[in-house]
Amino acid sequence: MSDRLKELLERGPKAINIGVQDFADSLKAQGAEVVQVNWAPPAEGDVEMMALLDELL
Amino acid sequence: MCRGIVVRKNEYHDSVFLMRVARRISEQENIDQAALFMGTEKNKGILIELGYPARELEAVTPSDLILAVKARDEKSLNDVLVNLEGWLRAEPGRTDLPAVRDMGEALSRQPLANLAVISVPGAYAASEAQKALERGLNVFLFSDNVPVEREIFLKRYASERGLIVMGPDCGTAIIGGIGVGFANKVRRGPIGVIGASGTGLQEFTTLVHRAGSGISQAIGTGSRDLSDDVGVISTLAALDALAADPLTNTIAIISKPPGPQALATLIPRIQKCPKPVIVCFLGAKKEPAPAGSAYQKVRTLDEAAALALQSITGHLPPLFGPDDTRLKALVSGEREGMNPRQRYVRGLFAGGTFCYQAQQVFMDAGLVAYSNAPIAGNHKLSDGSMSREHSLIDMGADEFTVGRPHPMIDSRLRRERLFAEAKDPEVAVLLLDFLLGFNASADPVGELAPAIAEVKGEVKKRGGYLSVVASVCGTAEDPQGLDGQIARLEGEGVVVLPSSAQAARFATLLAAHIRRRC
Repeated sequence: MSDRLKELLERGPKAINIGVQDFADSLKAQGAEVVQVNWAPPAEGDVEMMALLDELL
Repeated sequence: MCRGIVVRKNEYHDSVFLMRVARRISEQENIDQAALFMGTEKNKGILIELGYPARELEAVTPSDLILAVKARDEKSLNDVLVNLEGWLRAEPGRTDLPAVRDMGEALSRQPLANLAVISVPGAYAASEAQKALERGLNVFLFSDNVPVEREIFLKRYASERGLIVMGPDCGTAIIGGIGVGFANKVRRGPIGVIGASGTGLQEFTTLVHRAGSGISQAIGTGSRDLSDDVGVISTLAALDALAADPLTNTIAIISKPPGPQALATLIPRIQKCPKPVIVCFLGAKKEPAPAGSAYQKVRTLDEAAALALQSITGHLPPLFGPDDTRLKALVSGEREGMNPRQRYVRGLFAGGTFCYQAQQVFMDAGLVAYSNAPIAGNHKLSDGSMSREHSLIDMGADEFTVGRPHPMIDSRLRRERLFAEAKDPEVAVLLLDFLLGFNASADPVGELAPAIAEVKGEVKKRGGYLSVVASVCGTAEDPQGLDGQIARLEGEGVVVLPSSAQAARFATLLAAHIRRRC
């Protein structure tokens, strides 16, 4: 097992939450450290192009 | 009636938040319907189907926020439409979290981060997950609608770097005692669990907790991980992790039956695992593990929990040993007062896995059922909104939840269906599940209890008796409180069983009893 997964299981989540803020709120309520990313879709919303770029990069 | 739309360009809010705001708007006087969502093609299509003019939506993009309202008069409509900013700001309950614009900034705020929790729309989710993995983060990917090719790519990429991708379509995990997504408050203990189903993990972990033991880790894999396409990548990572985890003494794996190739990959790894392993393949054929296997095989979630507990304590807790005398008395009591036309069970499930499991329980009892999501051997309803004979309905299926909140966070869908079912004079039993825990409805039972009382009353007026049978998945420590939720149901005359499988079994006993008397 890698150190990263081992560390996650041993120490619990230190999370970055991207999306539904309720998930971040509930993590915080349980005492976990969490940073919320105020995510928004790409301006033009061209998802297929974005996926292509992801694959190329 | 009148309708109207207001659009705010380039303003994004998450769907759970928007559904909550929409619900508050729709509860206003003279407002018949309120939809608040992003301007995706799918959402625009829903509005056009609802009768909103397509031309008003032409220029709307997925980056734009739409509020669409149907009201009884112009004034009520305009009052709502002009005040969208007010509705968005008035939503209570947000905590004061550090918030940043992107993952890079998030990592500079939290350099020791070890997990990305991702719930953006499916079309964008794989890209965000990839960014997280590249930065060395494990991923909990709640989003669904991620293409399977991208899932495979992400999981292989993670595996090569010693990371795990829980998901896509992962609802639940409990990591180091902290619930992620839809999880319950359970004590820590010696039992680790790996699950392809969020509600499956919730049921297993709460049953273990209620029996007095605890959970070391509950690791979600996403619903497709045990398919031949994906090939158990995350399940194997989780199995290795739990095998090495000093807190874990026993491991359970919960899933629908794996693909044959996936199974052929998984079994040798289970055989080599140094800890006891219990395998629960919901919907699999009824057969024990092959002789000489290093694992035990069961078919329901409560059996999995019972065996895991037995492997730790050496005995089965009372939760799983139903008292036959009491059950028979209960069945007989529920049968009293039913009229001869009442024959069928209607299951309305918030948890898709509970619907699946109930179908298996029915089939084992020799009862064929209709469903919108039938298992092999059952019948598919031609229209999921119209039950017939014994029907077991997954109310969280896409056909009911596109543009509407999932029944785990909002009871309206199930309430409407409850009334519809109770009108059918052939209905004898309603079978329900309730899910507590973080991120679930604040009061799932309270939202449905008045409707249950009402439909029971209506059937009584017709000269019958409507039996309502339920299970509540949760713990006393959950924000909603298990004991209060059960007491409220019992106060309405609902028969509450300790697990979803037992509730389904009870419904089959009742159905068999009714059949004998007919």
